Amino acid sequence: MTTHTSSAPEFIHAKPRKRRPHRVIPGFGLSMGITVTYLTLIVLIPLSAVFIRSSGMGWEAFWAAISSRQVVASYKVTFGIAFLAALTNAVFGLVVAWVLSRYRFPGKKIIDALVDLPFALPTAVAGIALTALYSRTGWIGKYFYAAGIETTYSQVGIFIALTFIGFPFVVRTLQPVIESLDADVEEAAASLGANRFQTFFQIIFPALLPALVTGFALAFARAIGEYGSVIFISGNRPLVTEITPLIIVKSLESYRFPQATAVACVMLVASFILLLIINLLQRWSESVGKART
Amino acid sequence: MAGVISRKRYDNVPRTDSAISEPLWVRWLLTSIAIGFLTLFLLIPLVVVFHEAFKKGWEVYLASLQDADAVSAIQLTLTVAAISVPLNIIFGLAAAWAITKHSFKGKSFLVTLLDLPFAVSPVIAGLVFVLLFSTTHGWFAPFLREHDLQVIFALPGIVLATILITLPFVARELIPIMEAQGKDEEYAALTLGAGGWRTFLSVTLPNVKWGLFYGIILCNARAMGEFGAVSVVSGNIKGKTSTMPLYIETLYMEYNGSAAFALASLLTLLAVFTLILKNFIEWRLSKNAHS
Repeated sequence: MTTHTSSAPEFIHAKPRKRRPHRVIPGFGLSMGITVTYLTLIVLIPLSAVFIRSSGMGWEAFWAAISSRQVVASYKVTFGIAFLAALTNAVFGLVVAWVLSRYRFPGKKIIDALVDLPFALPTAVAGIALTALYSRTGWIGKYFYAAGIETTYSQVGIFIALTFIGFPFVVRTLQPVIESLDADVEEAAASLGANRFQTFFQIIFPALLPALVTGFALAFARAIGEYGSVIFISGNRPLVTEITPLIIVKSLESYRFPQATAVACVMLVASFILLLIINLLQRWSESVGKART
Repeated sequence: MAGVISRKRYDNVPRTDSAISEPLWVRWLLTSIAIGFLTLFLLIPLVVVFHEAFKKGWEVYLASLQDADAVSAIQLTLTVAAISVPLNIIFGLAAAWAITKHSFKGKSFLVTLLDLPFAVSPVIAGLVFVLLFSTTHGWFAPFLREHDLQVIFALPGIVLATILITLPFVARELIPIMEAQGKDEEYAALTLGAGGWRTFLSVTLPNVKWGLFYGIILCNARAMGEFGAVSVVSGNIKGKTSTMPLYIETLYMEYNGSAAFALASLLTLLAVFTLILKNFIEWRLSKNAHS
């Protein structure tokens, strides 16, 4: 009894000093252990291999590998066309997201479900389907070829593939934001004499902008790493239609491991920077959302 | 209150709704653009797969699916998915449990780490395992040669690359749902004397079953369809390490379009089936949320 009463105040004092919070729900150790082990083995160690291998190359060899004429041309193709495709997706994604969340029309459910197709369809299937469709004899391609636009085995072809695979990102980031917009604000703008276009560009668009930019960045990030759908439609001509992921594959196939690793290192750094930007954008998006409500 | 007042309809102000909607011609134009773009970019490619697959008739279609190499590609794809999807389910459940039911330092870092495989090019996801396990250039090359083990150009490499690519899907679906549900029901179960496993199996799991199911079908669709990562590690040996997407590429490059599209039509059906299930699950989830 005496020990019990004497230890009671000590217990009260001891609690705040303890760094580890008392966990009511069990299983933290097990679930955290599985999570960290798995991530370390599957993601962290393998990805760090790229950096460790690159650092062993020496700066001059590394620089030579990532700055050769062919590689630089591939950056331009990859990043340039990915940017244009993401931009196209931002414009059409905004229209599609707006139409799907605001208007009613027959077949809307099916159209809405269709938006996710690029997520679900294997990239190789998308690649051969788009190539068949946009080739000189394809259903759509024949019209473009008649107009003098080569839609396959060209940069236009890469653009088509990258637009296809990046499309859902903009729509799916915008849709919940458009649906959460408060009609009151739009009514207020209208009652103060704004016409619909003023309301859209001054009231609605600023509220959508963070989500739009986030969707753009997600589509862009996906597009720069894309491989499967592009290689079928691009024709893979060095300096003209060769994307950076293909440079990595070709280097590996010819056992030029340092070249493959160095270029992969550049791509990984680009992906990390984009991931960081996307995280910041999502925070911005959330803060704009909170400020509105 | 403000909402209630502003939603009143006054008789002397006709067509209140037009104030918060676009003129008819704009609505019509935007809807046409949206439907046109989706038809051109999404619907027609879907149709073209089946058109090309059946161009030479049913017999050629069925024969190309019964070809020995095609059958072995289908088997390999099923095997890879059967190994990698369950592992990612266990990981997804563990990660979601740790992240949503507990608080700890570095949680947001861990969540970012989870997204990493989405940001990495599939080609790099394959390359990293070549750097580790190649028997000529890899880190573990001496060990692998000594024990006569093959990871690259064999099943283990394909499975590893697939796991890396599909790792976030289950966890990503579970985390927002478990976050939204909070911990109250788990507290209640624990207070009533249930153990940790019992709480997990009979309280948490039933609550997230649709989200988990959704995560699994997405993970599965991607595992069966992965091309870039697998093509780097598999070596694409016909009848041995050629998965369905890889064999589609082989057939296509051999100018055997009908056979390539026949195999592609199976993966397209899987994708369409995944989309239908996704919409069914979303409908179930919204029904649960309303009730």
